[in-house]
Amino acid sequence: MSAQPAMESVFSPPRSLKPKISHFCPGCQHGVIHRLVAEQLDAYGLREKTIGVASVGCSVFLYDYFDVDVVEAPHGRAPAVATGVKRSQPDKFVFTYQGDGDLAAIGTAEIVHAANRGEKITVVFVNNAVFGMTGGQMAPTTLVGQVTTTSPLGRSVELAGPPIRMSEMLATLEGAGYVARVAVNNIKNLMKAKAAMKRAFEYQTKGLGFSFVEVLSACPTNWKLSPVEANERVGNEMISYFPLGVYKDAAKDA
Amino acid sequence: MAQRVLVKGNEAIGMGAIAAGCRFYFGYPITPQNDIPEFMSAELPKVGGTFIQAESEVASINMLLGAAATGARAMTSSSSPGISLKQEGISYMCGSEIPGVIVNMSRSGPGLGGIHPSQGDYFQSTRGGGHGDYRTLVLAPSTAQENYDLTMLAFDLADKYRNPVLVLGDALLGNIKEPVELKPYRKKPPVKDWALTGCKGRSQQILKSLYLADGELTERNWVLWKKYQRMQKETRWEEYRLDDAELGLVAFGSVARILKSSVDMLRDKGHKVGLLRPITLYPFPSQAVKEAAGRIGRLMVVELNTGQMVEDVKLAAECAAPVAFYGRPPGSIPTPDELAKEVLKVIKKGGAQ
Repeated sequence: MSAQPAMESVFSPPRSLKPKISHFCPGCQHGVIHRLVAEQLDAYGLREKTIGVASVGCSVFLYDYFDVDVVEAPHGRAPAVATGVKRSQPDKFVFTYQGDGDLAAIGTAEIVHAANRGEKITVVFVNNAVFGMTGGQMAPTTLVGQVTTTSPLGRSVELAGPPIRMSEMLATLEGAGYVARVAVNNIKNLMKAKAAMKRAFEYQTKGLGFSFVEVLSACPTNWKLSPVEANERVGNEMISYFPLGVYKDAAKDA
Repeated sequence: MAQRVLVKGNEAIGMGAIAAGCRFYFGYPITPQNDIPEFMSAELPKVGGTFIQAESEVASINMLLGAAATGARAMTSSSSPGISLKQEGISYMCGSEIPGVIVNMSRSGPGLGGIHPSQGDYFQSTRGGGHGDYRTLVLAPSTAQENYDLTMLAFDLADKYRNPVLVLGDALLGNIKEPVELKPYRKKPPVKDWALTGCKGRSQQILKSLYLADGELTERNWVLWKKYQRMQKETRWEEYRLDDAELGLVAFGSVARILKSSVDMLRDKGHKVGLLRPITLYPFPSQAVKEAAGRIGRLMVVELNTGQMVEDVKLAAECAAPVAFYGRPPGSIPTPDELAKEVLKVIKKGGAQ
């Protein structure tokens, strides 16, 4: 009988995620983004002091994957719900996780005012330029010319206006603390996304203010592309309209 | 003896809320309830509480949802058009079983309507108001004192049933100034083991209203239904000179207090009339109405609308008595004399003398 050599664990899934197979479509990047969030929950030791706010859309199943307390918000209202949670539990870590249909359409007022009040919450905004769960309708972030189920001839600026850039808009608000846009389409961008998420979490844990990370994400099913093609589209089409970067870091030296 | 103060009805709401341990208020300005957010903005910070003037009615009900999800006692208030906007949040709170107190110092509609007293929100309040098969407890004060007392009760009932509770007043009850005895609140705050406070030392907790698996939502709706059945025992009403009445009046809120004077005026003239005043509009005092219908044989409903609660009275009476109706749409407040004349018309058609 040979003794098993002692092995050092050098890699494991984040404790804040449940060991569970996700319901997300092949090539969907929610899984990657969930992991980015969970890694920071682990890194800051926040799992047991976190209250997540789920939104409406594919992301609603947050509570099936994150092993933290979660309250479900009505469509678009997650920043308002998170405001109530955080004001009541100021020592807890409070984050929302919202898609572009939720945050940039029906929930525009809630995100703008939560940011401007400087609520000490962290918002993860997953922008895949489409209403995912409802079957691929046009979102405020849908690119010009992009065919969706409600823009069958492609998004028209004349009919729908140009795609809305939430990070740029929120960065103009005096009350917003940290605003960044990232992508997870390649390793380089993924590392930057991880750094942005870390900084966003730091904003809240240090009480520096409102933090917001927009993550460009692929939706192969509704874009009617293969997972690889969808990922390439993020790099080829989305980033040029939605430039990556840190738009605001108000407490730069803190 | 408890302190007695002369305050507006709206302020009495705020005083009752703070006395009952409400520490979070979220609201948006709308007449005729602005004294409530104004009072809370000044008084909550003194007791370590939080006041937020939200960007919208929609945001304020969702802030309430969030604060209440952590177990805090929280309140929002508004008036009719604003309450319409809050219905989404109320539906989610019912679905997720999150307690909270929502005050409607109602005005007149439909639409922007006006700022007169009105009872046009009876249907909205008692039928759920938002989407889905749900109920909210509805308390209907008729004095500034009851604004204070029933607001305290609203917090207890909300926590007891993990359900939103509506306090339905109107422009008259919000703006009337009268003495209020500030009865101390002596109940112990309830333990809320369902509240979201981070999962330290326990497993994850979720407050949600989405149920997609086969049969899950059916079961969920039955669970809620059973709760609404349990709520029936919270029925409250007042009877005023009803024992020997030959015509039973039924009215709630502001019009009920006016009608009490009408009852006295008519009694002075020898007409045996009395009043049954529902204090809970949901659950509705159906049994009391049924008994009154059977005993008295004749009922008359008076409302500041064109006929809403009268439907519940007719349902409760189960045809045991004819139900007359006098409705006053918004625009003016009826005087006791005017109402007495309307009651007299019904009396003269037959019945009580």
